[in-house]
Amino acid sequence: MKYLSEYRDPALARALVERIRRTATRRWTLMEVCGGQTHTIVKQGINDVLSDAVEMIHGPGCPVCVTPLEQIDRALHLASRADVIFTSFGDMLRVPGSECDLFQVKSRGGNVRIVYSPLDAVELARKHPDKEVVFFAVGFETTAPANAMAVWRARELDLDNFSILVSHVTVPPAMEAILRAPDNRVQGFLAAGHVCTVMGWTEYEPLAEKYQVPIVVTGFEPLDILEGIWMAVRQLEEGRHEVENQYVRSVRREGNEPAQNLVNRVFRIVDRGWRGIGVIPASGLGLRPEFAPFDAELKFALDFIRAEEPEECRAGDVLRGRIKPFQCAAFGKACTPESPLGAPMVSAEGACAAYYNFGRFRQMAGC
Amino acid sequence: MSAQLLRDHFLPRFGNAHLDSLGDGAVVPVEGGEIVMSTDTFVVSPLEFPGGNIGHLAVHGTVNDLAMMGATPRYLSAGFVLEEGLPFDVLDRILDAMAECAEAAGVTVVAGDTKVVDRGKTDGMFVNTTGVGILHDGFRPRPDGARPGDAVVVSGPLGRHGMAIMAVREGFSFDSEIVSDTTDLAPLVGALRERVGDGVHALRDATRGGLASALNEIAAASGVGVTLEDGAAPVPDAVQAACEMLGLDPFYVANEGVLVAFVAPEAAGEVLDVLTATPQGAEARVVGRVVDEHPGMVVLRTGLGGTRVVDLLPGDQLPRIC
Repeated sequence: MKYLSEYRDPALARALVERIRRTATRRWTLMEVCGGQTHTIVKQGINDVLSDAVEMIHGPGCPVCVTPLEQIDRALHLASRADVIFTSFGDMLRVPGSECDLFQVKSRGGNVRIVYSPLDAVELARKHPDKEVVFFAVGFETTAPANAMAVWRARELDLDNFSILVSHVTVPPAMEAILRAPDNRVQGFLAAGHVCTVMGWTEYEPLAEKYQVPIVVTGFEPLDILEGIWMAVRQLEEGRHEVENQYVRSVRREGNEPAQNLVNRVFRIVDRGWRGIGVIPASGLGLRPEFAPFDAELKFALDFIRAEEPEECRAGDVLRGRIKPFQCAAFGKACTPESPLGAPMVSAEGACAAYYNFGRFRQMAGC
Repeated sequence: MSAQLLRDHFLPRFGNAHLDSLGDGAVVPVEGGEIVMSTDTFVVSPLEFPGGNIGHLAVHGTVNDLAMMGATPRYLSAGFVLEEGLPFDVLDRILDAMAECAEAAGVTVVAGDTKVVDRGKTDGMFVNTTGVGILHDGFRPRPDGARPGDAVVVSGPLGRHGMAIMAVREGFSFDSEIVSDTTDLAPLVGALRERVGDGVHALRDATRGGLASALNEIAAASGVGVTLEDGAAPVPDAVQAACEMLGLDPFYVANEGVLVAFVAPEAAGEVLDVLTATPQGAEARVVGRVVDEHPGMVVLRTGLGGTRVVDLLPGDQLPRIC
């Protein structure tokens, strides 16, 4: 397929693998920030073929994985209300809350719908004036512009039956939280290409300088990832710590300024909880006061819903690269893809689910 | 999810040697020989989609299940649950499709039933078909029949039915329309029986859950592993593009006209010759091998030389955020 197959060419990929191996004089530890990158790495077995040259730690950039339990419980509460049509991106539906997940709410009669764009949710609100339509606004800087646009549009249309349950997070504060931790093992980052398409990379320059880590803005196809790894390894070998851009076909240093402007007009920076990690100051987005009528948390007074995360789930340590999933006592026992305790076991590309599959395979293959 | 339902609720009550093998159908003894029986219930929204309607599925689904057991389909029963207010022209188009498909497949609809339920109780209509087929000496593909060394052959391009439904349901349009592959696979199996015979060890149609589920089920039933080569399975460009956009994997998308054959290695060439000579099998390919290692598990060797497990999904595929 044009514009994709070029970035998946196995011969070029194998050549890049060799180049990384030749460049690395020791084994480096890198973190890919974004869940989309983890998907490619696991799907293509990149971690597998490169295991002698780099250890890839799967970072916290999976919106499904980091949305806090409390927000999931609030979503479940809203979705259970008879007057609400609850809309969400598809992969949030299987994320376990304290009691159940959105699929179970749906099977009990909750009106839960998968949408592909938040604007579809606005359209639903227009078509169903007798219902409250709530959109689950999760994700990083990538989904923020479209979600901001949905709120903007709803205000233009004077819709009083549309609101969003916000759980927006931003990448740089999470990277800093990882780097600041005393037991941090990450030596270099592949920054999330699509986040940088929106935001550019100026925010990463102080991080690279302060913590002396290479950060490579990286795309999502196999050749992108491999080239990003090679660029990070080359910096490490040369003792450099700069922000470099692998994803040149999509990302400019300044990012997409009209999108940033829209996000800034609708959202402001707030403290956010991250599942398994806890609250990171100034690490998320919330609606500005002038958009309060579109804030589902205020509209439905959801503040009373609080949740404690299950103690046995160590998703936070996994997301920070502190432990491998199989080092968690619940792994493969109390926590499996069929009944996950934590979000990284939910998505097939979540770090825990990936290890669950590979672990079983390695055990059987005897290696 | 449905595997757990079966295990926890159905098999403990109904389990017997025929049911427990969890084949597409069951080979049961009758006086003077054996027959194959299979049943399937069809629920699809929308009822009509590019390339077919629920009527095509209702005949092809059960006929194909019989064929996967090596049988020649002969008789069908059909039960209908109709929603009050279903337009007659829609009903007629669906029944026309069933009649045409049945005639083309050489099966006779010998029993039927209709029930009408209140509006809102179904998605327009549900259909159940039950089929009976006859077996042939020396040809007994079985779900537990795959053996180490077998070649794994896929009969056609993946993902067309599932993506055709999804495109209609979600209102997507693509440059080239994706058309369901719903088709009768019995002629392919008939040709395999005549030309290859007992070199065919196991057959499965890759319906719900796609190729990945079909391979996992056979691997589990046969106690063998399967290794796949990346890029070997044919995926049409339009399906690939739609899957990329939605973050879906074509290996898990439903087909209604693709079979997977586990065949003796020395028969693989002949199997491909037979299949590629048919219109449904024109794009048939060997996609992998059966191995001794990792029993019950399907492993894909990527273009890079890495490996990944192609697992069963705990539920339907969900579009990803990132």
